Amino acid sequence: MSKLLESTLNPAHAVLDQTCLAGEPWMATVRAGQTLRILDLEGNQAVDTLFYSALDAQERYSAADTIARNGQLYLGLGSRLYSSAGRVMLSITADTCGRHDTLGGACSSESNTVRYALDKRAMHSCRDSFMHAICHCHEAGVLGLGKRDIAPNINFFMNVPVTPEGHLSFADGISGAGKYVELKAEMDVVVLISNCPQLNNPCNGYNPTPIRLLVWD
Amino acid sequence: MNAIPADRLLWEESLPGGNHWSGRLRRGTALRLTDLQGGANVSALFYNAGQPLERYSMPDTLKSQHTGFLTAGHVCQSDMGRVLCSITADSLGWHDSWCGVSDAAMVLARYGEKRYQQHRNAMHRNGRDNLLIELAKWGLGARDLVPGVNFFSKVVPDADGALSHVGGHSVAGSFVDLRFEMDTLVVLSSAPHPLDARADYAPADVQLAAWRADPVGADDACRTQCPQNGRAFTNTERYCGAAA
Repeated sequence: MSKLLESTLNPAHAVLDQTCLAGEPWMATVRAGQTLRILDLEGNQAVDTLFYSALDAQERYSAADTIARNGQLYLGLGSRLYSSAGRVMLSITADTCGRHDTLGGACSSESNTVRYALDKRAMHSCRDSFMHAICHCHEAGVLGLGKRDIAPNINFFMNVPVTPEGHLSFADGISGAGKYVELKAEMDVVVLISNCPQLNNPCNGYNPTPIRLLVWD
Repeated sequence: MNAIPADRLLWEESLPGGNHWSGRLRRGTALRLTDLQGGANVSALFYNAGQPLERYSMPDTLKSQHTGFLTAGHVCQSDMGRVLCSITADSLGWHDSWCGVSDAAMVLARYGEKRYQQHRNAMHRNGRDNLLIELAKWGLGARDLVPGVNFFSKVVPDADGALSHVGGHSVAGSFVDLRFEMDTLVVLSSAPHPLDARADYAPADVQLAAWRADPVGADDACRTQCPQNGRAFTNTERYCGAAA
């Protein structure tokens, strides 16, 4: 288990402080040197997150580069999030949860038909939130984002343990109300979040909940 | 190893170590990858040949089959809930789908510089550039590059998730068979795995052989591996207009 470290940053001094409701996307630019806090307000929420270079949509968060270059399957305090060009995009500088997933990806209408039942296609999903965001959000328009840019994401607060034998499972969350992760941006990044609406597995207790996003200079 | 039926062999080709390849494999065909010297790594990406916005999804593939690695009985799933290809035979039991590919800076730092000017085709190549070169031939690029499969490579986690590359995993003659369930664009790099701990840049040659596969029955081992695979096959048959 990763080490935990509380932040010294004061929410009263944040330059951005917003709530993202369950099942909704959120998108914003975080400048190099700024710190982003993702706060799990009610606990056990999965926050499906992608990052793009604010200058070039071709450079984005890369799950494979992050796993291989950290030599680690899970994210935690000290993890560096690498881009598809092999550069550090953000570093985890505070964490009160302890483990974040980089294997499980985002739920989608299509994957719900495979994982649960063919008739689950109509349920709301993270991929649909990503698609909604890339059709509506200002930053997505500036970068020209499309489906090609939706690659495997991070699931903050989600617990997807893999045994040494390679068995993968979705375990009960290790997050709780008020737990957070903080990331310091090492370059100007656009953050795309789908606050997961998944109702078919126990990772969030079948109860998707809101998150809070804060940014400090 | 099951022999490929000679009357159904479509083509054979060798992929030199460190090199790259791409091609279309139609629904109903199969491809055998064979490690010719031992120590090979083949990084593979799969796309819907008719609509490459649909592509291999590492997360969907792993989570729907509750596995961290790929072997016989598993399928490579797309991000649209369908099966691109099934792994119908495998002599190794573990292929990595976590670690992606090396890039130019990584290969330079680890193995030093070997450019074409001095070393001709013995130059050092890296997985990312190999894949991008082949993707560009199909009008695709960096935005289409996603985590793929590293055939012949094994990477294991400890209890805390720290990864180690297992040296000597693949020996000469190791093979894996892929059966394509959709018309698929296959993009391959035979550059070393990004966590390969060997001091030398030592990619191995790989043999590719394609043939017409047996029809997929209702009792197919990949289809019946788990209910999730059965539903992914149903989605694929609906898409291909082949539903019963």
